[in-house]
Amino acid sequence: MSTILLIEQFLNGIQFGVMLFLMAAGLTLIFGVMGLINLAHGSLYMIGAFAAATVASLTGSFLLAIIASVVAAAVFGAIVEFSILRRLYDRDHLDQVLATFALILIFSEGTRWLFGSFPLYLDVPEALSGTVVLLGDIQYSRYRLAIIFIGLLVAVGLYLLISKTRVGMRIRAGENDREMIGALGIDISKLYTWVFALGAGLAGLAGALVGAIQSVQVGMGEPVLILAFVVIVIGGIGSIKGAFIGSLLVGLTDTLGRVLLPIAFSTFMESSAATSVASSLSSMLIYLLMAGVLLLKPSGLFGRAPS
Amino acid sequence: MINRKNISTLGLAVLASCALAVPAIAVADGKVKVGMITTLSGGGAGLGIDVRDGFMLAIEQSGNKDIEVIIEDDQRKPDIAVQLADKMIQSEKVDVMTGIIWSNLAMAVVPSATAQGKFYLSPNAGPSALAGKGCLPNYFNVAWQNDNLHEAAGAYATDEGYGKSFILAPNYPAGKDALKGYKRFYKGEVAGELYTKLGQTDYAAEIAQIRASGADSVFFFLPGGMGISFLKQYSGSGIDLPVVGPAFSFDQGILQAVGEAALGIKNTSQWNKDIDNPTNTAFVESFQAEYGRLPSLYASQGFDTANLLLSAMAKADVGDADAFRAALKLADFDSTRGDFMFGNNHHPVQDIYVREVIKEGDIYTNKIIATGLTDHADAYAADCSM
Repeated sequence: MSTILLIEQFLNGIQFGVMLFLMAAGLTLIFGVMGLINLAHGSLYMIGAFAAATVASLTGSFLLAIIASVVAAAVFGAIVEFSILRRLYDRDHLDQVLATFALILIFSEGTRWLFGSFPLYLDVPEALSGTVVLLGDIQYSRYRLAIIFIGLLVAVGLYLLISKTRVGMRIRAGENDREMIGALGIDISKLYTWVFALGAGLAGLAGALVGAIQSVQVGMGEPVLILAFVVIVIGGIGSIKGAFIGSLLVGLTDTLGRVLLPIAFSTFMESSAATSVASSLSSMLIYLLMAGVLLLKPSGLFGRAPS
Repeated sequence: MINRKNISTLGLAVLASCALAVPAIAVADGKVKVGMITTLSGGGAGLGIDVRDGFMLAIEQSGNKDIEVIIEDDQRKPDIAVQLADKMIQSEKVDVMTGIIWSNLAMAVVPSATAQGKFYLSPNAGPSALAGKGCLPNYFNVAWQNDNLHEAAGAYATDEGYGKSFILAPNYPAGKDALKGYKRFYKGEVAGELYTKLGQTDYAAEIAQIRASGADSVFFFLPGGMGISFLKQYSGSGIDLPVVGPAFSFDQGILQAVGEAALGIKNTSQWNKDIDNPTNTAFVESFQAEYGRLPSLYASQGFDTANLLLSAMAKADVGDADAFRAALKLADFDSTRGDFMFGNNHHPVQDIYVREVIKEGDIYTNKIIATGLTDHADAYAADCSM
């Protein structure tokens, strides 16, 4: 396998990882600050994609579509937090899982009711279609490069928000001691709504970005949700830094595993059988990675050990 | 003297146990109860909805009052399909079953339903296990055997002189049948063979491998959303190798979501809206009038399935299983595909066409450009002892 192909696959892995980060960041933030397991995070991703597809087909502008996806998901997130999830913070995790699972069903059927069962159309904007040539000889999709760029931008933005601003200070304080910051006179319920809307907006952004190169359809969020959970477990629940490193690890493991395993297997097996076995094994790789990490660090790479 | 009350209790008990133990006896009144189990929610709902709409359109057009259809949603889950089938057979006492889209669900339901004396008419799934040694007298497939469209794609690739195909499909039984079917009729060399994860949505890694493989053509079988993702990403990758595939990634329902990325791609199907016969023309027109969208191949399969059933009902009573089976086997109905007949294994012997994706006004659709295989049966028919 040539170096060029390897570098291209490496970029693909990073792009996949960055996309996962947009999902995982919101999920881990919500869990870290509010202690809420939000299974409906995948639905917010779907809402983002549908909002983008609708706005793109009405206005023809991809930029407006992206903005709409963030706004729609954030607004939906805030409404759901305000009306339903708020009542669940003090409850058992099992109750939260049950309630947010119900939300998945409601959102999925609601979307089907509004948009029908057939996938919607959302395409890459003209300016970002086609490929660019990198490092002399690598043809790489311009749009995927843009996703990497946006993802990194969001990562830096989140880092600055959390470590340098007053809001970030409150979020960190909220993670550490919920009662204390309430006692210090900070309106904790408002903070929760904002954090939830932020996480939801990021999920919506991920949905819209990915929707342009995949299919915008009901139920598109659930497979990504599972991966996002794997990411935050690997990275350590509640840690944005962990979510970032975990996303890249999962993205690279999955992509490179899919590419390299068949090659490795075909050195000692007949090629048709090798691809079939390698494909089965490569779909397990990230779970093996998760098991390995948990074995060495039970609270994840950057998680705080339970006191 | 026996207490009156005891007798009635006894009677009730007997009645109750009868209701539990005695199997459904079809009353010979010419009425037929149809149980349709199909996918109406979740990822593959578009297919089930098309089959249902096509089927119901034919029933409605026939004006036949002796047919009752019960429709249930299997959510694409085998366990739910089995539960629904049990319910339909035991409490609804249906005579005929139909509707299943996916092969793994069909394998869970069809053998047990036919073993209980029901007829099963498949409007879509045609797993190889039911076409060869495991063929069943009461099972009729109105669509195709799973390998058929892939075989036609292989034949087309050979005709076009492709010598180095890169082939890929999801890693599940129908995916393996697909690649096997393609290779059965493709005479060139295979540049690369890949199995992807079922439900995978990102194909960047696979597309990079296609680019590096030196292939001269690409064959893929990625039904539904997987195909949409692949085509959009492929067209953005700057590779311009010709692509062939079965109709499952190019049906009317998903073409609009793929958009321009699909234009010009050749795909194989047993049906298209421009097949020129009066039945098909009327079908396309009335489907559009009724549902406000163009029919897909799935809708045509549902429509044909209902017409096959109606034709058998006109000839025989469903209570007389042998006569009804013989009437089904005759396939004496006007198919949207023109000529239609069953082979010895109750699977269609039919022409498979090569279509090209075109744009008509604002709508993406298909046009037949060639006949891939003529009067094509399947590779398993010889193993069937019927």
